Amino acid sequence: MENEKKIGNGKLKVENGENTFSIFNSQLSTVIKADKLTKRFGDFIAANEVTFEVYAGEIFGFLGANGAGKTTAMKMLCGLSTPSSGNATTAGFDVYRQTEQIKKHIGYMSQKFSLYEDLTVIENIQFFGGIYGLSDKHLKEKSNELIETLGLKNEAKKLVASLPLGWKQKLAFSVAVLHEPKIVFLDEPTGGVDPVTRRQFWDLIYQAADRGITIFVTTHYMDEAEYCNRISIMVDGVIEALDTPANLKQQYSATSMDEVFYKLARGAKRSE
Amino acid sequence: MESWKLKMENDQKYSQLSTIHSQFSIKMVTVNNIVKAYNKGEVKAVNDVSFEVSKGELFGLIGADGAGKTSIFRILTTLLLPDSGTASVNGFDVVKDYKTIRKNVGYMPGKFSLYQDLSVEENLNFFATVFNTTVAENYDLVKDIYVQLEPFKTRRAGKLSGGMKQKLALCCALIHRPTVLFLDEPTTGVDVVSRKEFWEMLKSLKQQGITILVSTPYMDEATLCEHIALIQNGSIMSIDTPYNIIKKFPDTLFAVRADNMGRLQNALRNNPQIKSCFSFGDFHHVTMENGKLRMENLVTSLKNDGFNDLEIKEITPTIEDCFMNLMDNK
Repeated sequence: MENEKKIGNGKLKVENGENTFSIFNSQLSTVIKADKLTKRFGDFIAANEVTFEVYAGEIFGFLGANGAGKTTAMKMLCGLSTPSSGNATTAGFDVYRQTEQIKKHIGYMSQKFSLYEDLTVIENIQFFGGIYGLSDKHLKEKSNELIETLGLKNEAKKLVASLPLGWKQKLAFSVAVLHEPKIVFLDEPTGGVDPVTRRQFWDLIYQAADRGITIFVTTHYMDEAEYCNRISIMVDGVIEALDTPANLKQQYSATSMDEVFYKLARGAKRSE
Repeated sequence: MESWKLKMENDQKYSQLSTIHSQFSIKMVTVNNIVKAYNKGEVKAVNDVSFEVSKGELFGLIGADGAGKTSIFRILTTLLLPDSGTASVNGFDVVKDYKTIRKNVGYMPGKFSLYQDLSVEENLNFFATVFNTTVAENYDLVKDIYVQLEPFKTRRAGKLSGGMKQKLALCCALIHRPTVLFLDEPTTGVDVVSRKEFWEMLKSLKQQGITILVSTPYMDEATLCEHIALIQNGSIMSIDTPYNIIKKFPDTLFAVRADNMGRLQNALRNNPQIKSCFSFGDFHHVTMENGKLRMENLVTSLKNDGFNDLEIKEITPTIEDCFMNLMDNK
């Protein structure tokens, strides 16, 4: 059994029997390339020779138990933490030498930190737009457009603190992709929101992916793992599995991603 | 299929039993028309909420952030005064008898609130002493959980892993043998494996006769409770056993899958005969307007739209389906 998966501008051929990928379209480009990326804290190896690639336009799910090393790996890829060894590039820039370039070409959003609660909606948009180096004219256009599409016209001058959580998260995501980055990192973006808002959030993710923005997302909701093109599962600092959701389910004889995750992470020795 | 049927039958029997049980049992928590607003009445956090929890029951408040769960917990643990309405815990009024309630309940807040610079052992001793008891006296209650912490008993609480902190917080909330245990979002942000473990711990505590009120934003955890209240924007949308809530789902629910899920969702949403369509992992869950459209018609129409590898089946709703359906009706 063979099938082809369209990812961004390229196509990915998945051979089920082999569980390998063969890229047969030269348009398919790599946005993240990690090669034996390692981070040590003393004797503790938080991320151990992590090797994987993320392709342009792909929705990549980065899963793992608490303490598996996801945050450490993400920090290195965002240029926020220097690796102990190994190599990696994000958006084509080196994680050792070009960290400032990386920061300019990525977007980042997490459940814990995303917007300034005591700035208004419009102030937040302008603040982050300014940081990402958008010109005043461009920024003005972008903010109007954004407020329009999010339906936040009446809330534009209200403090972000007064918005419902679901709106905050949609706004935070939109702000994170305001500068049309090559890739956006989403760290548990849907934690705590109601099930309808959670699904609306994924609509935004799909829209961004359709525009060619690569999505790198972590989540504890296993149904969301199914919405990703490919998933990696980290256990105790190592990437234990990496494939499409369908292939992972087949490989681990599981009916759901929940089951795959459970089978892999059950044996984990570390916790956060 | 067979085991699924058996499970539903068991759930039904269990649901009937627990309904009978709750009619005759002692109420450990009673909440009557509680209202709580913030910002001078601008934000209604809790809006006319009423429910009861029977002795020895595991009761779940299921809802997203901002639904009002924490306000309800704080009112019941006497840390916040309601604007109106009454509530009692173990027969004691939350306003008049707050001192008695504080002695008799255990509370694990959503935020980690142990002493970070005391060791594991010191935290446990501290909470036992505050409640005028000793660790030795109630050790049997926390033993199963505490043995997992014992190797780290001299480590500062602030240096523990997330899972370990959670276990220590549970021990500290239990060490005075509370009559009612309040757990506010104990599993938020916790991975699937640790969540399963935590619910196993709750099950065994329940067997020791402790009444447990727990809140969670994870809908899949709802079925592990005997009774649940689905809560949104400060109001309870439904209270019942998980089985009865699922039984009350008004429509026939279908799971649909095709080779292109994104296009399938658009096609379903644009079909006037489709009432609702939500993605659920590798399927879309679909209900039909007035039950007019039959499954065969849907298959035909989707095949005409060029969908291949079409798979459609009738399914039992999950609590999440029920929750979204109730949200939609509001």
